[in-house]
Amino acid sequence: MTTPASAVLDQIGLDALLSALTERGYSLIGPTRRDGAIVYGEIEGVQDLPAGWGDEQDGGSYRLRERGDGALFGHNVGPNSWKSFLFPARLRLWRARRAEGGGLEFEEETSEPPRQAFIGVRSCDLHAIAVQDRVFMEGAHVDPDYEARRTRAFMVAVNCGQAASTCFCVSMDTGPRCAGGFDIALTELIDEGGHRFVAEAGSEEGAEVLAEVAQRAATEADHRAALAASENAAAQQTRALDAGGIKDLLAGNLEHPRWDDVAERCLSCGNCTMVCPTCFCSDVEDLTDLAGDEAERVRVWDSCFTLGHSHVHGGSVRRTTRARYRQWMTHKLSTWVDQYGTSGCVGCGRCIAWCPVAIDITEEAAAIRATDGRVDANDR
Amino acid sequence: MRTIDELLAGSSAFDGLSGEHLELIAGCGVNRSFAAGAMLMREGERAQTFYVIRHGAVALETYVPQRGPLMIETLHEDELLGWSWMVPPHHSQFDARALGVVRTVAFDGACLRGKCDADPALGYELMKRFAAVLAERLAATRIRLLDVYGHVAGS
Amino acid sequence: MSPAAEAVIAPHPMRPAPWRVVHKTRETRDTWSLELVPYGCTTTEPYAPGQFAMIYAFGAGEAPISVSEASERHLMHTVRAVGPTTNAICALGVGDQVGVRGPFGTAWPLEAAEGADVVVVAGGIGLAPLRPAVLHLLANRERYGRVSVLYGGRAPSELLFPRDLERWRARFDVDVDVTVDAAPDVWRGRVGLVTKLIPRAAFDPADTVAMIVGPEVMMRFVAAGLRERGVPAERIHVSMERSMRCAVGHCGHCQLGPAFVCQDGPVFPWNVAGPLMEVRER
Repeated sequence: MTTPASAVLDQIGLDALLSALTERGYSLIGPTRRDGAIVYGEIEGVQDLPAGWGDEQDGGSYRLRERGDGALFGHNVGPNSWKSFLFPARLRLWRARRAEGGGLEFEEETSEPPRQAFIGVRSCDLHAIAVQDRVFMEGAHVDPDYEARRTRAFMVAVNCGQAASTCFCVSMDTGPRCAGGFDIALTELIDEGGHRFVAEAGSEEGAEVLAEVAQRAATEADHRAALAASENAAAQQTRALDAGGIKDLLAGNLEHPRWDDVAERCLSCGNCTMVCPTCFCSDVEDLTDLAGDEAERVRVWDSCFTLGHSHVHGGSVRRTTRARYRQWMTHKLSTWVDQYGTSGCVGCGRCIAWCPVAIDITEEAAAIRATDGRVDANDR
Repeated sequence: MRTIDELLAGSSAFDGLSGEHLELIAGCGVNRSFAAGAMLMREGERAQTFYVIRHGAVALETYVPQRGPLMIETLHEDELLGWSWMVPPHHSQFDARALGVVRTVAFDGACLRGKCDADPALGYELMKRFAAVLAERLAATRIRLLDVYGHVAGS
Repeated sequence: MSPAAEAVIAPHPMRPAPWRVVHKTRETRDTWSLELVPYGCTTTEPYAPGQFAMIYAFGAGEAPISVSEASERHLMHTVRAVGPTTNAICALGVGDQVGVRGPFGTAWPLEAAEGADVVVVAGGIGLAPLRPAVLHLLANRERYGRVSVLYGGRAPSELLFPRDLERWRARFDVDVDVTVDAAPDVWRGRVGLVTKLIPRAAFDPADTVAMIVGPEVMMRFVAAGLRERGVPAERIHVSMERSMRCAVGHCGHCQLGPAFVCQDGPVFPWNVAGPLMEVRER
């Protein structure tokens, strides 16, 4: 059988795909059900996927629900993202010791970065990975750990068949259908044709792996059903962020009274920055042992919502919650474009679901747009 | 030897005054020089004189217990020294000490006040100029109050 | 780049290279200058005036420190002890080693300033990052018009580099004017805000480049004073400071609007920095 660019797999075929990746030396990371949520973690095969589980999300709300159909990818995105594996929350950068005679010796980490296969990457997250690629690999300095993990990663993307109410990838032009940046993309179908996956290769390696496990070629009907699943997901989206001209809109409204309004609700807890797949702020911890002979530097995730984030001697530049929320949102939607040429937001909706007080970035953007230029809360 | 009004005409404090007004003011002024260390004003003393510094430097000082005399500002060529002549009860608020040889035009405050009362237009022109100088000094002093060089976290 | 210099530049952008303290001077009650040479090789990548390095004190942490002098064989850093990391750096002695990463950031526009008058305005410790610029101006004096150095500090005991100031003032081809906010009566110089020195400084606003470093409040008022005299905003340059944890544009801390101070700064032209500073808590 010649290698088709697209194929159809059933669940056994999907398991064979995962095994093929394991045989190629990849450790598998995929969705798992844990602690009442679907989070990405290590899996060994199809048996670890959250079969039959979906989610219901809204502002400040996330619940799992049983679908009753055994779908493996019948959920949307959860509280973590692939950045946990490409840009780990804690990473030792180097160790140092005091040598004989008082000299300092710095030793980089020599362990091999992992070869990871990401199973179930949604379109929004593919865009998020591309956004972080620009931050860590396309600037004046390259992050060697990110680059190593990223170039070794194998992406098995999934086209969403449904949308959560927090999703707004359609308005951000980042989904729901995966357009590129994957090795293999799957669309799960459960209909009279059976529970199957229409698979599409997106790279040479993807095509090779697919060829090993493909069970049959995809038919016209399969393709139509796959597209219909994406259309269904798109149609379900209720939220939207009007991103047209938003860079200039926010840049021109830095003293808008809406910032005071959101500041009254925002707890500056930083949840949004933790769950956001593009947020990349980090800090470093310089640690030493008790004797003072050995030291290490560890990079950790940080959030612009902390008071310490903007601390210079004399105090923090962004002292108020108002200033910090403004920093986060204007960076995400406006100055990110100046810095990297794209928006920092991919419409995944995680910040809306995981905000304890249900602040909704689409609503905040719309409120400012509706009252563009207002400087006083009482202005008409 | 230049006349007083010739000297004043070059001074930025009286920039734009008509020749007539300059002459009126000059009538209240005399050349006065001070040796290094001489006091032009003393805190608390009756002060009826204001000075336009023509050459040299004058230090405004005040005595702070345990710290000694502190210099608050130094005034230099073409600057004005003394407001107390304008505002009752006409007592100097600071000491003013000549830092080297200082040459000034010294104006009798009572004489000047009399001429301003008689000619309100002249009074208005002078007040405008003094107000501008005071505003600038106030702004500069307020910034120094912030102690921007000294402030560190926790202090 | 010579092989010896390559050994100093660590391949991982976050890994420091070891340097040795060869000289230490106390400048004021809380400020020290440390002279460093690279350990294990003799030359280094040149630091342009205005650039900075991240200095690591073993086990304590890293801080962005102004370079107050640089050559291909040494670096001098002037550090104010204001927190745990800078306190640790200031506690080091001759013979101790530090980690150094750099050079980072943008430099003073000394080449672009050739042919123009130059006004250097420093406030407090701000004279440290301007010192390499002044040294460059004086070493290449014939390329510039009138050169003025205006320096304001809190008190006479807090002025940096008084011997340098005396030496510069003793030259016939540079104007040096120093003022303090308050002084004991033995002070022979000026007392008053540094902005007061601007109307008196000799420069042609139509062809002047200005470089300012000091607390943000001071830089704002000095820039305003220069603008009042007619110096265009694009020819006024300031050095901005923000929290820095990586200096390579990845940690996100130093953002000032769309700019990363570690990469797009710390030296900014006033037509860029002014509008950014106008938004409070930016």
